[in-house]
Amino acid sequence: MQKVIFNEEKCKGCELCTTVCPKKIVYMDEKKINSKGFHPATVTQQEECISCGFCAMMCPDVVIEVRRPSKEGKKDE
Amino acid sequence: MKVIFEKPKSLEDVTFHYCPGCTHGIIHRLIAEVIDELEIQEKTIGVAPVGCAVLAYDYFDVDMHEAAHGRAPAVATGIKRVHPKNVVFAYQGDGDLASIGMAEVVHAAARGEKITIIFVNNAIYGMTGGQMAPTTLVGQVTNTSPTGRDVEHSGYPIRVSEMLGSLVGPGNSMKRVSVHDPKHIGQAKKAIKEAFINQIEGKGFSLVEVLSTCPTNWGKTPVEALKWLEEKMLPYYPLGDFSPKEGV
Ligand SMILES: Cc1ncc(C[n+]2csc(CCOP(=O)(O)OP(=O)(O)O)c2C)c(N)n1
Ligand code: SF4
Ligand code: SF4
Ligand code: SF4
Ligand SMILES: [Mg+2]
Repeated sequence: MQKVIFNEEKCKGCELCTTVCPKKIVYMDEKKINSKGFHPATVTQQEECISCGFCAMMCPDVVIEVRRPSKEGKKDE
Repeated sequence: MKVIFEKPKSLEDVTFHYCPGCTHGIIHRLIAEVIDELEIQEKTIGVAPVGCAVLAYDYFDVDMHEAAHGRAPAVATGIKRVHPKNVVFAYQGDGDLASIGMAEVVHAAARGEKITIIFVNNAIYGMTGGQMAPTTLVGQVTNTSPTGRDVEHSGYPIRVSEMLGSLVGPGNSMKRVSVHDPKHIGQAKKAIKEAFINQIEGKGFSLVEVLSTCPTNWGKTPVEALKWLEEKMLPYYPLGDFSPKEGV
């Protein structure tokens, strides 16, 4: 389930989002390079994400979208 | 799935020209979020400055006007007086507002013009390649202060929020905020919202000074720049409310 979605083409590789994640799951994907020439930020451990939105708040380029699963009885609701 | 965070409607779906990690982008987004939340997109008119934010008219999906260097408060005054029911904001850098445009902002504040100014203080002239600004810190190295800002030569940095707060009467609002972490970004958004509401309620002039980074001309990585803002700028530019409490 995609809770945090990166528009990787828009990423400028500034790394600000990687410094604020309480779960430390945001990282720069050194295996990829976007058309601007940056390694984009990404999250693969989607299940670890608590949908706090910090990474998206910190991003100066509106690269990140955050969603929260609306399952009943879920702790983070 | 509930959407926790997405691009605000009042922001165009384009890539900003700002350098990687430049917090101008965060401040743009906060303004757009506030415009969305107050449901004023249709009646907001923005004034763009000269400085790195000169292309702001391409980024906000509201009516925009460009002003000559430093003259945004005068242009915003004219727009607001002709269109008093519209919400008028100006977006200005520290070179724009506190050097060449100091007269305009002081008199707009003194008149209690019902406009809102978002004042981006990054302690430097970003656009022109990193010259000393009136807000450059003592000892800060810039292209025109290669050995650091020297008080003997250039005096002390100007605290715009405190200065304007001391000039005017109640109804006018001056606040300083920062965007160096999510908590402060939340507080900055709240202050921007209150500044717009101050105008909408017809109370007077409102200015939000936002401490911002210029990684490129500070010669730092974006992450280092945020740390520098926190460690060096906050002690000289305390965050808070500098609005006048009583008449002067
Ligand atoms: C009348 C005039 N004088 C000087 C300039 C050169 N100039 C362009 S932007 C700028 C300063 C911008 O600094 P600031 O307002 O702090 O914005 P920043 O780029 O740091 O966001 C100057 C001096 C100009 N464009 N017009
Ligand atoms: S939403 Fe929060 S937990 Fe999820 S990736 Fe972003 S910062 Fe980390
Ligand atoms: S903060 Fe935004 S632009 Fe910077 S690395 Fe993260 S996603 Fe990319
Ligand atoms: S020069 Fe500085 S203020 Fe201008 S876009 Fe680059 S980092 Fe931002
Ligand atoms: Mg500046």
